Amino acid sequence: MPVILRIWPCLVFLFTPLCSMVPTLDAKQVEMLEDDQVWGRVTRFFLLQDTSVQIVALGSALIGITCGLIGSYVVTRRLSLFGDTLSHAVLPGIAVGFIWAESKDNIALLIGATAAGFLGVSCLTFLQKYTHIRQDSALGIVLSGFYAVGICLLTRIQKMEFGSQSGLDSFLFGQASALSIEDLWGIGCTLLMVGLFILFAYKKLLITGFDHSFSRSIGIPADFLQYVLWLLLAFCVISSLQIIGVILASALLIIPAVTASLLVKRMHTYLLVSAALGAAAGLAGSFLSFLGQGMPTGPLIVLISTGIFISVLCLRPTNGLLTQWYFSRKNTLRIQRENTLKAVYQILESHNFQNQTIRTQELMSKRGVDIVHCEMEIQQLVRTGLVTQAPTVPSPSLPGQSTLSLTPKGWEYACKIVRNHRLWELYLTNEAKYAPDHVHEDAEKIEHVLGEDTIRQLERILSNPRKDPHGKLIPSLTDMEMGNIQNI
Amino acid sequence: MPLIPTFDFYQIFLQPWSTPQLVSWNLQIIIMGILVCWTCGLVGSFIVVRRMALMGDAISHGILPGLALAFIISGSLGIGAMFIGACLAGLACNFCIEWLHSNTKIREDAAMGLVFTSFFALGVTLISGHTGNIDLDPSCILYGEIGLVPLAEKVEMSGIFLGNRAIWVMGVVFMCIGTGTFIFYRQLLVSSFDITLAKSIGIPVKAVHICLMLALALATVASLEAVGVILVVAMFVFPSVTASFFFNRLLYVLLFSFPLGVLYTLGGFHLAHWLDCSIAGAIAVTATLLFIPACLLGPKGGVCSRFIKS
Repeated sequence: MPVILRIWPCLVFLFTPLCSMVPTLDAKQVEMLEDDQVWGRVTRFFLLQDTSVQIVALGSALIGITCGLIGSYVVTRRLSLFGDTLSHAVLPGIAVGFIWAESKDNIALLIGATAAGFLGVSCLTFLQKYTHIRQDSALGIVLSGFYAVGICLLTRIQKMEFGSQSGLDSFLFGQASALSIEDLWGIGCTLLMVGLFILFAYKKLLITGFDHSFSRSIGIPADFLQYVLWLLLAFCVISSLQIIGVILASALLIIPAVTASLLVKRMHTYLLVSAALGAAAGLAGSFLSFLGQGMPTGPLIVLISTGIFISVLCLRPTNGLLTQWYFSRKNTLRIQRENTLKAVYQILESHNFQNQTIRTQELMSKRGVDIVHCEMEIQQLVRTGLVTQAPTVPSPSLPGQSTLSLTPKGWEYACKIVRNHRLWELYLTNEAKYAPDHVHEDAEKIEHVLGEDTIRQLERILSNPRKDPHGKLIPSLTDMEMGNIQNI
Repeated sequence: MPLIPTFDFYQIFLQPWSTPQLVSWNLQIIIMGILVCWTCGLVGSFIVVRRMALMGDAISHGILPGLALAFIISGSLGIGAMFIGACLAGLACNFCIEWLHSNTKIREDAAMGLVFTSFFALGVTLISGHTGNIDLDPSCILYGEIGLVPLAEKVEMSGIFLGNRAIWVMGVVFMCIGTGTFIFYRQLLVSSFDITLAKSIGIPVKAVHICLMLALALATVASLEAVGVILVVAMFVFPSVTASFFFNRLLYVLLFSFPLGVLYTLGGFHLAHWLDCSIAGAIAVTATLLFIPACLLGPKGGVCSRFIKS
């Protein structure tokens, strides 16, 4: 399977640096330094000397990768709120597991949470299959029903004798600092399962994700794959609870995957980008929470993911918000420049091309703008080297008293715009049978977007015309030398 | 102490109503609960019909940064600042979801999941980063504590005792939403079921939608103190979905949510007394327990009636 061959080196590339951190976990814990210096903390974080830092950073990064991978499938299959529901639905399971073991025993909690997750998924499937309840209401029912039972059990546990020091509250918001090596192993196992599942079922998952009925018709066990995916999703949510908590567990599934969907189109790159974003958010979140001590890790990881999402939304290459704004701004400026150049040409034309220069005031009245705007437009042209500006001799200090002359480049550009405008007017009158007094507005718009090829086509259709419908000269390619036009 | 205490009828059902003090205390809790159920039920019926049941969930999470910012800016837990902050945050959350959904290719469910978790994370970070010792506790916002409603300050007007502030606020919100629903029932009904028809007969669909979102935010903020974030969702979804197994007409579904609200509150209150757990949680559990038989035995599309028909 070529696709798998293409993916696995990348996966190894992602895993190796993280796995290489594991042996250092047993290193002797460096004594807590009594520094409140931010810089000291930064170096301590990056040197990875504290065991707790190692565990939290590694755990957050691993959970970021796991959630990123599973999240890609969650988002493409429109299961985003399903993950949210599942993470709320495991709460009663955790409570029951706690009551059963009478302590915060990881295995009991895991079994309880998995069972509750399964029950939640079954309820959801049942409601959707056998009743008229729509998906969103079914999700709401399972979410709030299970969560209510969980809250009742939790408040009950807190009143029982073994419950006072339970620390079950940490499951609501997560408590990354209490992450243990066993939790880390749990996260590692989940990642391994997720990785293997995606590796071996990549192609089938791809087909079932995009065309369910087709995949069934060619014999892919689509429903089975869906259930395995749900199971892995439940594992993923459960193993992320210690770090990020019930409420925000779905954020790690959704946000990196949505961010990746803005950037890439192919599924395998999508998986990789989403996993990388998840890992980056996990690492950055644990770093920040270490920096500002007492800040909760989970919410910070989510906030960093959101930050990455917003910056990607604004800055992505083709249709980011800022990118689009930048391009439309550039376009507006170009159109303004071209309009100014056209005005310069028309002023020159009104003097029958007798003068080489025009005065600023003429341009001002032609364009119908005030002196400030006019000066700005001129500066635009000067900066792009289309026009040179010289102060007039008698009163250089007065505004609006400078003279302008087109550079050769500016002259060529101005001719091109005027040619576009007049050719289009002629085309509309001759070919499309517009009345000559109705063509100006249309040509005003299109002159800025006509390309070189279209112009040549137009010239051929109109058999190289010399005059536009208003009797004015259409400057042709050969006329773009100034001398030619003056001779006419 | 066992997990489930022995069932003692007197202890559970009569003891809370045995002395005048207990009656006046518990009556306030019950009234508050009923008002929350009614308000959320009214808004929820339209929300469910419009397939936006989880919007309540999203908005109820999304108001947390508003609460936190209102506290940080005003420096108090005053109801006015909190209310404004929460409403603004709720609307911002709603706006972000709809903007993302309509201006990018991100699907609505993903946009919802993305926005509300981000808002919630921002709220938790703001609260824990700013203060450690105030009682704006994230988990309190999650559970809500309806049992503390009688402790709210009293409203007095020219020396006459009028009652509890929390209940008054909830009552005013309920009256506003109830009146709005009564006046604009036709517009809400048509635009919920058939947008094209609504547009063609001149109903301002967009404005109706915004008003409904406003009502949703208002109901969520007002109920938050009592039932907490997640259980607000239960109060939005359960009454109308349960009623939909008995009635096909939206009007009956709306009206049916009133007795259901009373049932939920009374059942939840006594369940919480029995199990000694969170009252808000018990109210939602009661709603779930009542939903199960309705879903199985309901005459309109219940599982059994479908089975018999087929």
